[in-house]
Amino acid sequence: MSEELIHKIRHIIANAQRLPIEKVTINSSFEELGIDSMDGVNILFALENEFDITIPDEAAKQIRNVREMMEGVEKLLAARQADPSTATT
Amino acid sequence: MRRVAITGMGAICALGRTVEEAARSLAAGRSAIGPIQAANCGALRFANGAEVAGYSHQPYFDDKRADFMDRFAQFAVIAAREAVADAGIVWTPRLQERTAIITGSCVGGQSTEDAGFWEVYKLGQGRVHPLTIPKTMANAGASHISMEFGITGPSYTISTACSSASHAIGQAFQMVRSGAADMALTGGSEAPFSFGILKAWEAMRVVSPETCRPFSKDRTGMVLGEGGAMFVLEPLEAARARGARVHAEICGVGMSSDASHITQPSAEGAARAMRWAMDDAQLAPEQIGYINAHGTATQANDPTETRAIRMVFGEHANRLAVSSTKSMHGHALGAAGALEALATVLALRDGILPPTANYSAPDPACDLDVVPNVARRAEVEYALSNSFAFGGLNAVLAFRKV
Repeated sequence: MSEELIHKIRHIIANAQRLPIEKVTINSSFEELGIDSMDGVNILFALENEFDITIPDEAAKQIRNVREMMEGVEKLLAARQADPSTATT
Repeated sequence: MRRVAITGMGAICALGRTVEEAARSLAAGRSAIGPIQAANCGALRFANGAEVAGYSHQPYFDDKRADFMDRFAQFAVIAAREAVADAGIVWTPRLQERTAIITGSCVGGQSTEDAGFWEVYKLGQGRVHPLTIPKTMANAGASHISMEFGITGPSYTISTACSSASHAIGQAFQMVRSGAADMALTGGSEAPFSFGILKAWEAMRVVSPETCRPFSKDRTGMVLGEGGAMFVLEPLEAARARGARVHAEICGVGMSSDASHITQPSAEGAARAMRWAMDDAQLAPEQIGYINAHGTATQANDPTETRAIRMVFGEHANRLAVSSTKSMHGHALGAAGALEALATVLALRDGILPPTANYSAPDPACDLDVVPNVARRAEVEYALSNSFAFGGLNAVLAFRKV
């Protein structure tokens, strides 16, 4: 995973949770960051907008920590690169 | 304080365009959830809803009148007409002045607003239709009912998201009970199938991509519905004196707020509302035989509601029938409490408990008798109807068989 991607996602999470970015690490659990279900939905919305991706509900439900969230985004970005028609506008 | 009778009922929803049609669908356990027609769902993660299939303002309203009414207000008047006819009300100036109208609506005339804003933001038009405001306002249903019947008493609309209609009915009940009004028309209506609202629900990630399966292990979320249901309330003594048919008695209302989270439900808040409803009706938990659950089929609601019911009813929870009719008429938001009050009254009146449709597998976190898939004959004397709204605002109604 690129440092740039990690930083961007940390920034998005920190921004949504109104936390200093140092608090958000790739190893943080949602619980540690005080992310409840509605916060999680907010962050997914920010990620979708930032990366121009669509995160399916089923995949979203499984995500419990920052690492899983980053891996999910990385996968969607890779899929889009392979098949640009999957991008949403 | 006066006892309060339900002497008139009216409904239009996905299950039918009259109370008797809806009653037949409920008894048959027929889910009316299907592909959404009102909006293009190509750009949505879900495609199903519970609409009033093929609805047009005709034959209910002439074109001129319909121009002034959003679909949600039309539903309010259609249901009110049936309820008033059912109750056999003979209006007098005195009665018109002493009748209250308390309606519930969550989103009001959203389709109208959506269309107006589309003109401005998307099409770049310099003007919006002048009726956008009077068609959109959430009290339009109450206002059109007042004009329909010349009712000049206290009239207003309560908006508490998914509890709106239950709060409204509870308020109307209190007014008739206390003598603040001699009669009330109350219930709720909603028509939330505008594209903008559907997108907003999609973003919350609580809407099912298939159907509504309350309390089922494989539940995948809620399904939106639309419609309206209205009731005529009057003192039981007055109803008997004029020889009116009494469908059921409404005997208590319990209200509470979770004071915890804007979307996540709290079992404690739900439990308090159920306890207050029974306290208000002077009932012991063991007297309740049926609960029409809030039962949205979201991951959060169903186990929380199960926990709340177990907190309130203890051992008796094992003997209680609990079903969610949202599995059939969808989640009609501000009308939900009214459609479910109707299902509850019909269950008491007809001795048929409506099922939880689309149920396929038990969930240990929802281990109640949810009347899976098939309606059940049962004589029940007292029943509750639960409504627990986003924002943590809860209303529970208690009904008695007459």
